[in-house]
Amino acid sequence: MKDFLLVYRTDLNTLPKGASPEQMQASAKRWMDWIGGIAAQNKLTHRGNRLVPSGKVVKADNVITDGPYTEIKECIVGYSIVHAASIEEATELTKGCPVLAAGGNVEVREINAL
Amino acid sequence: MTALIPHLFRTEYRKIVSVLCKLFGIEYIEIAEDIVSDTFLLASELWGLKGLPENPTAWLYTVAKNKTRDYLRRHSLFAQTISKEIKSHSDISEEIEIDLSSKNINDSQLAMIFVVCHPCNPAEARIGLALNLLCGFGVDEIAHAFLTNKTVIYKRLQRAKEKLRTEKIEIEQPTLSEIEERLSTVLMVLYLLFNEGYYSSNQDVTLRKDICLEAMRLTCLLIENEQTNKPFVNALFSLMCFQSSRFDARHNPQGETILYQDQDTSLWNQDLIAKGEYFMDQASEGDKFSKYHLEAGIAYWHTIKTDTIEKWENILQLYNQLLLIEYSPIAALNRTYALSRANGKPEAIVEAEKIQLPDNHLYHSLLGELYTDIDNTKAISHFEKALELAKSTANKSLIAGKILECRRKHITCP
Repeated sequence: MKDFLLVYRTDLNTLPKGASPEQMQASAKRWMDWIGGIAAQNKLTHRGNRLVPSGKVVKADNVITDGPYTEIKECIVGYSIVHAASIEEATELTKGCPVLAAGGNVEVREINAL
Repeated sequence: MTALIPHLFRTEYRKIVSVLCKLFGIEYIEIAEDIVSDTFLLASELWGLKGLPENPTAWLYTVAKNKTRDYLRRHSLFAQTISKEIKSHSDISEEIEIDLSSKNINDSQLAMIFVVCHPCNPAEARIGLALNLLCGFGVDEIAHAFLTNKTVIYKRLQRAKEKLRTEKIEIEQPTLSEIEERLSTVLMVLYLLFNEGYYSSNQDVTLRKDICLEAMRLTCLLIENEQTNKPFVNALFSLMCFQSSRFDARHNPQGETILYQDQDTSLWNQDLIAKGEYFMDQASEGDKFSKYHLEAGIAYWHTIKTDTIEKWENILQLYNQLLLIEYSPIAALNRTYALSRANGKPEAIVEAEKIQLPDNHLYHSLLGELYTDIDNTKAISHFEKALELAKSTANKSLIAGKILECRRKHITCP
């Protein structure tokens, strides 16, 4: 079994602004049902976290900018770690991920442990 | 009288053993057990001849105290070894106070819980030790409960006691800083002990109920003590209350299982349900939550018989969270069942096919259940596989019933 990082990306501009409590609850349910399905297969290593949209980017020569998030289409919104026998199996797990329905994508990367 | 001695053995043996163990140290656990066994032997001989003493419990305590003093007098070297710890003076046997007050009994039992549940022994051995030393079950009863023979249990207990001796586990309450960590291993044992009684395939319903009640008594002991009265202990107790509220409804007089949906709710114990709610409330203090909180929540929703979307949606989300904390095949199966009730069978079938527990009879029972009315041919083939894998006769007859039901449906509506 190998660990794989799932990186969730989406275009923040397409996210509905000021979602109602019902919408937020429905979104939380979709995520929990999906990640719960991975856990039920005993393939979840770490549920991961969401990331807040604002951030900083540090470049050479001490150049610090506010996060590039508003300009780019694909902003990292969260991550999880799963385990699977192969990258194909890990990729299979991403089916039904709620970020896909919202127009985003999931990047699957094998973790090369130090 | 014939009924009284086994009863007193069950309730008093463990108390006196705990007090003596705490006095002597775990290295001398056998001496403590021998003294108490001798006391009961004498009781059964004398009481048979002369009739019952006025206060049988007090009689047992006095005799146990005298036997302990005699032992210390005859083995002065041993008395000196243990006296170093209790800092006694010249005439040790007279000086050593054998305190069988209810306070010291409770303190000693509490301290013994931590010894018995010490992680130096494997889980199975800890459950056996708990039944033996904390619940006063004899080797025969434990063997009966585990559906195995006496020799296996006897050896298991001896090995476990030897391990406690060689590891020199101190009989004392852990310090405040250790408590959280040590408590979680204790709770795991009490949780397994309860489940042993609740889910065992043993047909002896009385014995199973006794085991559950003992697990609850020990958990209660932790709640009564200020230092161990933590939210997750209350959560575990709440779970035990909710589960045991259905105890009398789960079996017919022959000891056969009655499934949840077929139970007579008037047999559900409302006092225990109310107790469960009270302790769940107590458990909600603080900001930490444990798997016991989640399981208590699931058990709470099961005390409401009426099926609503809200009920199954809550159960599903609690199982989702439980699986994020800790995977277990049974949680995965139950989560998938809850998914079928909350989100519908087609989605649950897709998820069930993914969880892959082909050697588990419950897995095939679940798939059989999900395919019923959707694809009865598949349902029958899964139920048949479950029948092949199930071990207990009770399970087999339940599954056989499901197959018949499906066949009937298959004929009318293939």
